[in-house]
Amino acid sequence: MTRFLLPLGIFIVLVAFLAIGLNLNPREVPSPLIGKPAPAFSLPRLHQPEAKFAPQDMQGKVWLLNVWASWCVSCRQEHPILVELAKTGLVPIVGLNYKDQRADALKWLDRFGDPYTLSIVDAEGRVGIDYGVYGVPETYLIDKAGAIRFKQIGPVTQDVLEKTILPLVAELNK
Amino acid sequence: MKKPLTTETQRHRGFLCFALLCVLCVSAVNPVSAKEAAPLAQDEAVEKRMVTITEELRCLVCQNESLAASRADLAQDLRREIREQIGQGKSDKEILDFMVGRYGDFVRYRPPLKGTTLLLWFGPFALLLAGVAGLVIILRRRARRVAPANLSAEEQKKAEELLKLGESELKP
Repeated sequence: MTRFLLPLGIFIVLVAFLAIGLNLNPREVPSPLIGKPAPAFSLPRLHQPEAKFAPQDMQGKVWLLNVWASWCVSCRQEHPILVELAKTGLVPIVGLNYKDQRADALKWLDRFGDPYTLSIVDAEGRVGIDYGVYGVPETYLIDKAGAIRFKQIGPVTQDVLEKTILPLVAELNK
Repeated sequence: MKKPLTTETQRHRGFLCFALLCVLCVSAVNPVSAKEAAPLAQDEAVEKRMVTITEELRCLVCQNESLAASRADLAQDLRREIREQIGQGKSDKEILDFMVGRYGDFVRYRPPLKGTTLLLWFGPFALLLAGVAGLVIILRRRARRVAPANLSAEEQKKAEELLKLGESELKP
């Protein structure tokens, strides 16, 4: 009997490994920046190019940094969720307009709604590199002390928002 | 009316030559603009070092390509970044640390040996060893199971005859 049980056991273990492995998303690479201070920058704002914004300006607040672009298809998918989130006023969202044209970006916000407290412009993608951005949209949750607590790679879904982001925001705001 | 293909291609070639000549003229008149396009990429030593570094790095946008080979937008930005860091006199290790600090060990095709990567480095060898051990155990068990046959003198004689018969039949 063991003659058959052993190969069957090995086969089941193998199938389990493959099932787990195939269900993982290879695009979701854990960010080494979690728990570390959000990289500093100073970038011009989208609506007022002469004004600048730095992460320190949000010191003492829990906030979201959402990397978006008008050329980004999945950004459109998450956008209504962000617009709804902005209406609740639970957490300020700062938009990082990544490698985009100002005119296109403004047009895009006019058309789909502007959930952002403010947007900043990273035309060359250098700040994106500092934040380890490799697939727009990406969203960072930054705490009162300015440390990154969570990173969402790809669009924010209702599920992620309700189960992960909002509970974490509530906890960090305590 | 259709023109023969040859004159078509000749005209094409003529146009290409003309275009090339125009480009050459423009660049001869204004060499500064040509230089501005890619200042560091023209330095062969920098480019060579950049390629050796980026060949060791994974492009996160298209994960099966190295940063050196990828044509993704991000890969181009990162190559630019690395060129600049070489220009600033940073060592290879500093540049690697810069990349790993932002994108994690996953960017390296040869991740460092540490707790979380032990299974990655030694897992295949462990599996191989387990396989060899299993094979040895099975072979030993089998050898024990097939006990030497105890033949009587008569059976021995019969067997030898049969073997001889077989041999003679095999001879041409």
